[in-house]
Amino acid sequence: MAARVPWLRVVVGVVVTAVALYLPFNNPAETNQVFSQVLYLAIAAMGLNLLTGFNGQVSIGHGAFFGVGAFTTAILVVDHGWMIEATIPVAAVIAAVVGVLVGFPALRVKGLYLALITLGLAVLFPSIVKKYVEGPGGVPLLQPSRSEVASLVGFLDDDQYQYFVCLGVMVLLFVLAHNLMRSRAGRAMIAVRDQEVAASTVGINVAQVKVASFALSAAYAGVAGSLSVLVNRVADGSNPLVYFQYSIEFLIAVVIGGAATITGPFLGAALLVGIRKRFEGTEAMAPALLGAALIAVVFILPDGIVGLYRRLAAKYLGPKASSADPVDPPPNAVVDVSPST
Amino acid sequence: MDLFIDQFLNGIGRGAVYASLGLALVLIYRTTGLLNFAQGEMALFSTFVTWWLTDQGLSIVPAILLSVVFSVIAGALIERLLIRPVESGHNPLNVVIVTLGLFLAINALAQLIFIKPGQEALQMPSPFPEGDFAGIRKETIGLVLVLALECVLLWVLLQRTKVGLALRAVASNPESARLVGINTGTMLMVGWGLAAGLGAIAGSLVASQSSGFDTSLMQQILVYSFAGAALGGFDSPIGAVVGGLIVGVAESLTYQYGPDIGLAGIELVVPMALILGVLLIKPNGLFGRTIVERV
Repeated sequence: MAARVPWLRVVVGVVVTAVALYLPFNNPAETNQVFSQVLYLAIAAMGLNLLTGFNGQVSIGHGAFFGVGAFTTAILVVDHGWMIEATIPVAAVIAAVVGVLVGFPALRVKGLYLALITLGLAVLFPSIVKKYVEGPGGVPLLQPSRSEVASLVGFLDDDQYQYFVCLGVMVLLFVLAHNLMRSRAGRAMIAVRDQEVAASTVGINVAQVKVASFALSAAYAGVAGSLSVLVNRVADGSNPLVYFQYSIEFLIAVVIGGAATITGPFLGAALLVGIRKRFEGTEAMAPALLGAALIAVVFILPDGIVGLYRRLAAKYLGPKASSADPVDPPPNAVVDVSPST
Repeated sequence: MDLFIDQFLNGIGRGAVYASLGLALVLIYRTTGLLNFAQGEMALFSTFVTWWLTDQGLSIVPAILLSVVFSVIAGALIERLLIRPVESGHNPLNVVIVTLGLFLAINALAQLIFIKPGQEALQMPSPFPEGDFAGIRKETIGLVLVLALECVLLWVLLQRTKVGLALRAVASNPESARLVGINTGTMLMVGWGLAAGLGAIAGSLVASQSSGFDTSLMQQILVYSFAGAALGGFDSPIGAVVGGLIVGVAESLTYQYGPDIGLAGIELVVPMALILGVLLIKPNGLFGRTIVERV
């Protein structure tokens, strides 16, 4: 096992890293901003993926956690003069606390009703924000965008700096998610998803795992919201349904990319932002296409882009090249229980 | 006190709309066990069809009826073409995703088809006469009557006809229903068609009440209808009606009295707080059945 070097993965990894590092130096600032949007959307989608994909709890309220992160950052920076980078962990913690608060009702209500409660959360959030924020419900950042940390890397423009912050945070959180899913805690999450009662009989504390999943997932969304303020320089709560729409976008990214996979949320986020940008001027075209794309994905690629890749890989590269990992087996695969070589 | 009664009745009127859409949600939930996120947008599209018909010179009542017929057919087709193929799949998330896809696509389609560039809000004539009757606005009376009529018709359909019996059989146990010779597929199409028809009525009425409407009309109403249906228990039609009315009244009263106690703009919060409270105490809603999980 140890001797087999996954050359394909190494090559793909090197190429992806090179492209990711080179990308912001070759594009106008607006394009870099779009890239940054992909990155933070991917983080939020990964957060939802941890909960829905790996732990089996459906949430259509992650926009609210995203919003919690965004407003935490905006308020700390504008009202309390914090450095924007320092607010990211705070946003994560506060979102996680809110996640725990939502996670407790989730112990009692499941599936459909849970989806509804989270939906309520997303719809409620802007109204709550309006009570605490003056004006039409948004917090714009008016201060000059460079903070002390950003000044250390003076050779980068603002947009490039934002891109690298988003990229760094995303890579960190994706590696964390990848490792978590191979740990005891991650496997407990998956066990709870697959068979709750059975999981409890083998000694998994189902309630603890569920609430912790909610908290972790919310923290990811909160970090994404915080980064969105760094990139877009505003935390917006004026449209009462904007966080509901965010919630749907996260779900779309997860499903198009492939639920319960590590790369899926990123691919989904990239595709989502791509479609949105491509049809920006024509108001209704983007949602029409997104809706159609969603339905098409379910029909053609029921396991998302990553699922398609795994099927192709299994077909053309042999079963070894596809995932040999029991955490995310290829779709419809019969899990091999024979001792691995 | 008069103000209180006025607001209460207003709330009943609003609640009647939420109850109509809630009934549609419950119908689909009972027959397919699925939450239709696109229900509001399907109703929105029907509302635009109604509007288009009145724009062509039809008066409002026949326009609504025609739109209902259109919606029933469209709803049945959506079930057959888009929902059923993915329903049997191994991933239950997929059906949710398809309804979310419909949510986005139908809204955008309505925008593309019916709204010309630069056009602002559309106007829908009201089917109800102006003025008061015995101190109550005729509009409110009309809305409640429509809701009552819907309930009676649904009840007769479900409890007193062969089709209704088959529908209930499918809802209660699809496998056994198939074994006794019921065409479950057709019944599911009927369920979706009925739900879409109910949505068409709810959407057209709410549009005629407001001073102008656009494609965002149904989003908030869908949330309230969800709240109402969840409050009542998702598998209970009576629950949807009662829940919808409660949510409507709660909304209307907060709208009136919220500012007095320093809580302006929390209308949205109240129904959600209501469902949260009810679901925490009674996870299956006020009228819902308790489901026993088997291993």
